[in-house]
Amino acid sequence: MTQENIHAKIRSNPKFAEMVDKRTRFAIILSLVVLVPYYTFMMITAFNPGLLALPLSEGGVLTVGWPIAAVLVVGGWLLTGVYIRRANGEFDDLNQQILQEARK
Amino acid sequence: MKRSLLALSAGLLVAGLAIAAPGAIEGVQKQPINVSAIAMFMVFVLATLGITKWAAGRTKSTADFYTAGGGITGFQNGLAIAGDYMSAATLLGLTSLVYAKGFDGFIYTVSFFIGWPIILFLLAERLRNLGKFTFADIASYRLDQSRIRTFAAFGSLTVVCFYLIVQMVGAGQLIQLLFGLEYNMAVVCVGILMMVYVTFGGMVATTWVQIIKACLLLGGGTVLMLLAFSQFGFSFDNLFSQAIAAHKSGIKIMAPGSLMADPVSAVSLSFALLFGTAGLPHIMMRFFTVPNAKEARKSVFYATGFIGFFFLVVIILGIAAIVIVGQNPAFFEGGQVGGKLIGGGNMPVMHLAKAVGGDIFLGFLSAVAFATILAVVSGLALAGASAIAHDLYARVIKKGEATSAQEMKVTKIASVGIGLTAIALGILFKDQNIAFLVALTFGVAASVNFPVLVLSMYWKGLTTRGALLGGIAGLVSAVGLVILSPAVWVKVLGNAQAIFPYDHPAIISMTLAFVVTWLGSITDKSSRAAKEAAAYEEQYIRAQTGLGAAGAHAH
Repeated sequence: MTQENIHAKIRSNPKFAEMVDKRTRFAIILSLVVLVPYYTFMMITAFNPGLLALPLSEGGVLTVGWPIAAVLVVGGWLLTGVYIRRANGEFDDLNQQILQEARK
Repeated sequence: MKRSLLALSAGLLVAGLAIAAPGAIEGVQKQPINVSAIAMFMVFVLATLGITKWAAGRTKSTADFYTAGGGITGFQNGLAIAGDYMSAATLLGLTSLVYAKGFDGFIYTVSFFIGWPIILFLLAERLRNLGKFTFADIASYRLDQSRIRTFAAFGSLTVVCFYLIVQMVGAGQLIQLLFGLEYNMAVVCVGILMMVYVTFGGMVATTWVQIIKACLLLGGGTVLMLLAFSQFGFSFDNLFSQAIAAHKSGIKIMAPGSLMADPVSAVSLSFALLFGTAGLPHIMMRFFTVPNAKEARKSVFYATGFIGFFFLVVIILGIAAIVIVGQNPAFFEGGQVGGKLIGGGNMPVMHLAKAVGGDIFLGFLSAVAFATILAVVSGLALAGASAIAHDLYARVIKKGEATSAQEMKVTKIASVGIGLTAIALGILFKDQNIAFLVALTFGVAASVNFPVLVLSMYWKGLTTRGALLGGIAGLVSAVGLVILSPAVWVKVLGNAQAIFPYDHPAIISMTLAFVVTWLGSITDKSSRAAKEAAAYEEQYIRAQTGLGAAGAHAH
């Protein structure tokens, strides 16, 4: 079987389109979930820093900025976990099927 | 003041970067020889040389040399990536920024971190599926082999070269400060050890040096954090109220301050960090060391976790240092609290180590800092050597006809050459204000390497002409704007006012590179352009499925 044949088979396999669509959409959504809060945070620090200086609790010294920044870091990491869970499971299973079916 | 702080902190904090800021240079004076630090560093050197000897036995082919035969696991590679990213500067620079500025330091920390999830979502698996040894493999996948590969190789070498200067100068200063060794001797030591690791042990040795160092840094940082935090009864309220009481800015350290007041600077800096990181050749190369896309994704997951954890530890260290170091006259020149810190502005974390762990712990942390620099320069040298031997020699000059033995020989010569160059540049740039080199490194990475990388993977319409024109536009504008920026125009050339007001050119130069690449490609009606578009199909399927991607080599 030639390389072109395999490529054509993969291309015409509806599972390929399904996998690429799902994975691309998933990656874009997760990127937005990281970038939108991050740039919102950056713009607040630039334009309305007082918002992050609000105290976390009555009489406490901690301001809301600290836990928010920490959540951006921890949340970013957790999202990488969410991505690889699905990419290494569901998407890779689909990928294996596509490759196997193409080699038949 | 605001801008110089931005330059200073950007200079200090950027990944894999040693001390490069003017404040550090002024503060450097040779310290008495630190015996425990040197002894612990010698243990590290002996252990890593042992690993290099073992690795040399396993490094037979070019694949072994460049990518450890693709046999590194996701977890190991995650540690190594984290090691590449957590430099001596992250530890010293970030803590000193939090120590000086409080919450503003945290804002920077978040910016240095945030690129990693994005690299995973958009780049990691495609990098692994398309690349073999170098980033130029991907850039030239379906474009003109000679021209694009040459251009990509020079892009890599430029970044490697600038970054090596920063590292070598930082190494010299840091070692002078912590170990009491002469600057030149420190630079020569780093250069020689780097050559030994890379030349004999290749990627296997470089990876393990990086892993060991990452563990030492994570372990050392965590222990230091626990020791320091225990003095506050592990209570954040306690820690922060004492820090507010001790800091000269008082309650202001709890909120965003002046550093972020200029949104354009902030965005340009975040662009440089976000996309520049993805364009660093030694970071990209790490993705080729794992067997498949699955492990590549796992590496980023682990790396992101380690980096995020370490950054949060660093924040606590900085705050604790405000209380423990900032009020102790023993750490200030002439015993004047609030005056100049002994050893310069980057020393809070080192003083903190001494305050809570004594001389032995200080020695340990100094040794870790030295090991860190060594590991980062080794990764850079390997990336540079692969660009010379694999891209320029084997692919462009020999047109793929070189034997594996010939290529290996050239790689080793190139590694030695890069080592000698690094030593020479390190000595040449001694006492120079090199903060601009950081902006240059990340500016070129974000404006030259990153656009061609991402467009070759994502855009069918990219042609050789577009890539070359865009790359040149990115290179010229990044270098030009850095020269016109405050870091060079004012601080190096001594003019009163910078022509380009921002230290990081990425917001302009990267945008320009993308636009010119796009224009150059869509107006390209040559038959080659048509062929290149047709070849996208095969590349796309491989990028998505890993079909035909280089696998792991069994040993």
